[in-house]
Parts: sequence; structure tokens; C-alpha cells
Amino acid sequence: MEAETVHITPYRTYAWVLITLLAFTFLTITVTWINLSALTVLVALAIATIKAGIVLTYFMHLKFESSLFRIFVVGVLAIYVLVIIFTMSDYLFR
Amino acid sequence: MEHRDDIGAKLGMWVFIFTEILLFGGLFLVYTVMRGRYAADFHSAAHHLNAFIGTINTLVLLISSATVAMSITAVQKGHNKFAVLLLFITLVCAAIFMVNKYFEWGHKFQIGLYPGSDLMLTMNHGQVMFFSLYFFMTGLHMFHLVVGGIILTIVMVKVNSGAINSTRYVLLENGGLYWHLVDLIWIFLFPLLYLIT
Repeated sequence: MEAETVHITPYRTYAWVLITLLAFTFLTITVTWINLSALTVLVALAIATIKAGIVLTYFMHLKFESSLFRIFVVGVLAIYVLVIIFTMSDYLFR
Repeated sequence: MEHRDDIGAKLGMWVFIFTEILLFGGLFLVYTVMRGRYAADFHSAAHHLNAFIGTINTLVLLISSATVAMSITAVQKGHNKFAVLLLFITLVCAAIFMVNKYFEWGHKFQIGLYPGSDLMLTMNHGQVMFFSLYFFMTGLHMFHLVVGGIILTIVMVKVNSGAINSTRYVLLENGGLYWHLVDLIWIFLFPLLYLIT
């Protein structure tokens, strides 16, 4: 049987998470309209990363799962970042 | 007493999600390299994309993710009827997404813009690269959306029949995880394909 009690996330939390995500979406669109040239991509990617973090934390329940899940997710993302770094260093400085 | 391991089931789902992240991750890597090489072509090619439809689809997917997440709360509280309604809203959102995609892709096919078309042969290499990535990445994403829709339909039927209830709902949780993955991928696809003009 489950030793720990189940965490029930209130509807309210999800509603706020949704509003936050929608706000970030409009922020991305506004930023691309302003046109910060080279910065635009970085800002858009930064906002996308924040949104992804919110989805992982709340919608995908990582905040309320055992830390094993968080360690796995962080580990896999670290591997992906390493793949990017190795590929780009090979591609750019070959 | 029946034997089940909800943590193990969820861990298995996450391992599957990791393979999906690396699958799309590889495509994003190709995108990064090609965009670095053909920045101007990517820029001009992206003008052909309909940012309005892209935005609508982003909103629709975010809302659908929220309703799936809420359906878990509903089932945990024993409100199965409400959970079925929330899952139904999710499926409606998925349908709206697909209809938008149908019009979006349909318009491109109509003006002769599809992989291997005569129009694409006249374009620069960078523009061909952009559209190839656009069709492949959004196509693969759409395939995931259809699969997610099928999974959530099964889940909805099971919530309705009571097979998924407040004491056992790991299938709903895993179906939800898959759906959030579809949302997660779109969060990156949207700015990288539609908003780079």
C-alpha cells in the first residue's frame, strides 16, 4: 500500500498556471514584434524554457513526486545539453 | 490483494518521455545548425507561415493541458463526471488543433508548397531546409497529438465506466503526462518556426 498520502492539487492552482502560461505566450509574441534582432531568439527561447519548466513542475506533477523523478529529468536534460555542446563545438570549431 | 506499482508505472512513462525528448531534441539540434548556416533563408521562409494559426494552436494546447491536469484532481476527489467533461474539453481542443493544421497545411499544399514539390525545387537550399524541418517537425508533433487523443479517449471511457477512479488512476496520470509532452514540444516549436520573421 502507499505509505505517503496523495497530494491533490487544487483546481485553482491549475487555473493560475494556465493564466501564467498564456501571459508568457503573449509576452513571446510581443517580444518578437518589438524586434530586438539577435536578442529576439534568445528571449523567445528563454521564455519557452520558463514555460516548459512550469509545465514540468505543475502539470507534470514533478513538484509533488518523489525526488527520484526530478533527478531523472534533470539528468536527461543535462545529457541533452551535453549533446548540444559537443555537437556545436564540433560543428563550429572543426 | 492485487499487486500494483503506481510509482513504477509512472517511472516507466517518464523513461518513454525521455526517449521522446531525445527524438525531438535531435531535430532541434538539426534546426539549430541549419539556422546558423542559413539564417537569412530561414528568416524569409518563415514569412510563409501563418503566425495567427500558430498562436491559436498554442492557446488551444495550453488550455487542453490545463484541463487534463484538472481531470486528475477531479478523479482524486471522486468527481468522475466532471473529469469526463474536462477530458472531453481536452479532446475538443485536440480536434480544433487538427482542424487548424488541416487548413494551414491545406493552404500550403494548394500553393504547391510541400516536400518534393516543383515550387520547393526553385527555392534556395536554406528555404528548402526550413520547410523540410517545418513539415517534419510539425508532422511528427501532429502524429503525437493523434496518438495522445486516442489514449485520452480510452482514458475518458474508463473514467466514465469507473475503471479509473479515486483509488486507481495511474492510467489517467500517464495519459496526462503524454499529453503534456505534446504541449511541451509545441512550446518550443511555436517560437522557433512561427515567430522568427
